[in-house]
Amino acid sequence: MDKDRIDRIIDKHGCEPSYLIQVLLDIQAENNWLPREALERVAERLQVSMTRIQHIATFYKAFSLVPKGRHQIHICVGTACHVRGASRVLDTVEGLTGIKPGETDLDLKFSLETVNCLGCCALGPVVEIDGKTHGKMSPAETADVVKNYE
Amino acid sequence: MSEILLRIDGIEVKAKEGMTVLDAARSAGISIPTLCHHEKLEPYGACRLCLVELDMRGWTRLVVSCLYPVAKDLVVTTRSEKIDRIRKTILELLLAHAPDAFDLQELAQEYGADRDRFEKEASFCIHCGLCVRYCAEVKKKHAVGFVNRGASREISFIPEVAAQECWNCKECFPLCPTEALQAAYVLTEALLSPHLHSQSSQTR
Ligand code: SF4
Ligand code: FES
Ligand code: FES
Repeated sequence: MDKDRIDRIIDKHGCEPSYLIQVLLDIQAENNWLPREALERVAERLQVSMTRIQHIATFYKAFSLVPKGRHQIHICVGTACHVRGASRVLDTVEGLTGIKPGETDLDLKFSLETVNCLGCCALGPVVEIDGKTHGKMSPAETADVVKNYE
Repeated sequence: MSEILLRIDGIEVKAKEGMTVLDAARSAGISIPTLCHHEKLEPYGACRLCLVELDMRGWTRLVVSCLYPVAKDLVVTTRSEKIDRIRKTILELLLAHAPDAFDLQELAQEYGADRDRFEKEASFCIHCGLCVRYCAEVKKKHAVGFVNRGASREISFIPEVAAQECWNCKECFPLCPTEALQAAYVLTEALLSPHLHSQSSQTR
């Protein structure tokens, strides 16, 4: 991520320490993760310490300090999805992608996360890929969907 | 500054506005155990060991004395069966993380805490934040901070800052109740300069 893009994001909000989270969110959204150089630039311009940035960037799940895959898979393991077999869906995805929740594969194709409820329990088990919700997923259906992503 | 009168353990104590119950108690020579408190630092309220009871017209209320501001006619109890029981449990939980920490063991003895009550999960850091806050508030260097959250929260040095500042300072070392800090520092140092480190440990 080049400096200009970071500066543009910072300029949009302003150089106030209180805009830190907004700036980080925008960088995350544009770049998919928070590279160290970006954080250093933010620290310098917003006048916040690296310790504070590190604290916030590791506190919220929305941020990632490592590159994320092109596709984000979120598997709901909330109570409703759990009783409807979310763990088997998760097993299937882990098997297909070779990664566990919180990880990204080496080709940067998928990042896998579990979530605790997507708010549509009646559709459980729910899998969300790149923001698109797939409901009532069996392991086999999940495998079909996942295989469609490049 | 107006003077405030309150009662701590039955003793009339004079305090100034803006003081905490802990300050007031200490000024009257009443001791309250603390782990995360430090005079030079902003109150933090992390360890909860300094909790005391307030008597509110017959109700008792538990508050942490290092944060609670003094008020007129407060009635404070710094030790009771209930307080001791809570402190004991807090210590037992902390001991699961740092079983051999000196400061904890001393307190454990006083409160009869059993270091083996909870399964050990030796992470050593008890999240008192003394090192992080001292570095930020007193030294203004921000060399060490917290990362992650909840059970996986831990301290982490910023290597670039640590390389410049820490060697000549190390003022946070004696503050750490568990010595987790020193371990983290030595690790950072070793990662930063494996060469330098192996040399210095050879000559030592
Ligand atoms: S390393 Fe020590 S001083 Fe720092 S937060 Fe942990 S227990 Fe407290
Ligand atoms: S539990 Fe999965 S959507 Fe609510
Ligand atoms: S000393 Fe009050 S909470 Fe730690």
